[in-house]
Amino acid sequence: MNEFFNVLSYAFIQRALIVGVLISLCSALLGVNLVLKRYSMIGDGLSHVGFGALAIAAAAGLSPLPIAIIIVIISAILLLKMTNSGKIKGESAIAVISASALAIGVITVSVTGSNTDLSNYMFGSILAISNFDAVLTVILSIIIIVIYILFYNRIFAITFDEDFAKATGVKVSLFNTVLAILTAVTVVVGMRLMGALLVSSLIIFPPLCAIKLCKNFKGVTVLSAILSIVSFLAGLFLSYVLSFPTGATIVITNLILLILSLIIKAITNKINLKKSKKTL
Amino acid sequence: MFIINCENLSIGYKDKVILKNLNFSIGENDYLYIIGENGSGKSTLIKSLLKLLKPISGKIDYCAGLKSKEIGYLPQQSSIQRDFPASVEEIVLSGSINRLGLKPFYTPKNKKKARHNMELMKIEDIKNESYQNLSGGQQQRVLLARALTSGSKALLLDEPVTGLDPIAASDMYSLIETINKEYRIAVIMVSHDMNAALKYATHILHLANDEVFFGTVDQYRNSEIHKRFYGGGIYE
Repeated sequence: MNEFFNVLSYAFIQRALIVGVLISLCSALLGVNLVLKRYSMIGDGLSHVGFGALAIAAAAGLSPLPIAIIIVIISAILLLKMTNSGKIKGESAIAVISASALAIGVITVSVTGSNTDLSNYMFGSILAISNFDAVLTVILSIIIIVIYILFYNRIFAITFDEDFAKATGVKVSLFNTVLAILTAVTVVVGMRLMGALLVSSLIIFPPLCAIKLCKNFKGVTVLSAILSIVSFLAGLFLSYVLSFPTGATIVITNLILLILSLIIKAITNKINLKKSKKTL
Repeated sequence: MFIINCENLSIGYKDKVILKNLNFSIGENDYLYIIGENGSGKSTLIKSLLKLLKPISGKIDYCAGLKSKEIGYLPQQSSIQRDFPASVEEIVLSGSINRLGLKPFYTPKNKKKARHNMELMKIEDIKNESYQNLSGGQQQRVLLARALTSGSKALLLDEPVTGLDPIAASDMYSLIETINKEYRIAVIMVSHDMNAALKYATHILHLANDEVFFGTVDQYRNSEIHKRFYGGGIYE
């Protein structure tokens, strides 16, 4: 334990903690909206697009993170447009885009030779994050959190009832585009932490737990954020103690929290049932 | 005094006119029923009245200080809503979304109005309950309270009793009647329920393929279109 606190004095660990907490917070907030709107696979699809984009950027010798952010934002908006116009059903649209991007990424890697930077993005490498990437991630995360808080009431209105929000003059398509952009940015910076293969778990697990446990939207949002940070910190700590890969360990701590939430939900349901039987 | 006036209105999508030459108006205290079969253009008319769809020709005038975004709208339920984790209070308060302007958060005045409407709809005691755990009738009352919060002059209700049991449906009808008569709010109701239309409406707009009827409920009782569609008289 003492050793763990000694480790906290290392700059690269401090960087990992700050970046990780911020990304966990962003993905938990945006995830609530995606999970409730049955869009949770978008995170998965976008992470594959991110992988393809990184492969191309690395092959071209460009700075990977900014390039990936731009490409993933464009795909997120395209995905939204395709889903809304009803030309391709949402799920299949995501599958088409994500499989194609993954294929392009894999071909690019095999043609140009394997690249360590790329495998970092594939499986996450929070401890090896560069100064530039860390600063960029911190700035982007803070922007995402501020936008989310400022538009919280509008986000609730369009998540619960898009038709009503439209009728009352809320610019629904504008806000959906903003949410798509924020999600895209979160997925790309989250890839640094978890890797392309695992980043969608950051978006899906904490909101799922919170939805099981809370009765109102504000509660779900706050609890999702707290659970996300808790499982990140627990995952980081365990991965250090057990020498497990960090990204995968964070997914497992998330999974444990989800199982606990399901158990708590089942127990409270039973208690409520008993109570209502008594009052009858 | 009219609050909505439609003149020679033709509506539909880019290359497809769905309803043409509609002429009707809604007064301050009217209770208008829009009836018609599936595919007769009811939803297109709703979208046009809410300004979500531009008229192909003709015009819709909003008078007496009414703005289209201040029509209290009660849409049909979506599948997402049925298991949505939101409290009654959060949903009713979101009716004030059209009064936010550039502000990010609701004001105490918005909250007071939401509370008032929850009292009117008799859902004050369940304000902390989760929407997903309510009965169908309670859910509709929550959405009606939200509609009242966003519009204090006119309500547009899209089949609000569909799927409700008879008791909940008759509760809903009497609440809507109270809103119309006591609070003097105009009601536009889209419905299949002809009995209720003849009982509650002041005016009826009947949309049938190439034929449109608009008039008071008494004129409608004696109209050709009513006799043809419903045999006339049997609801008397």
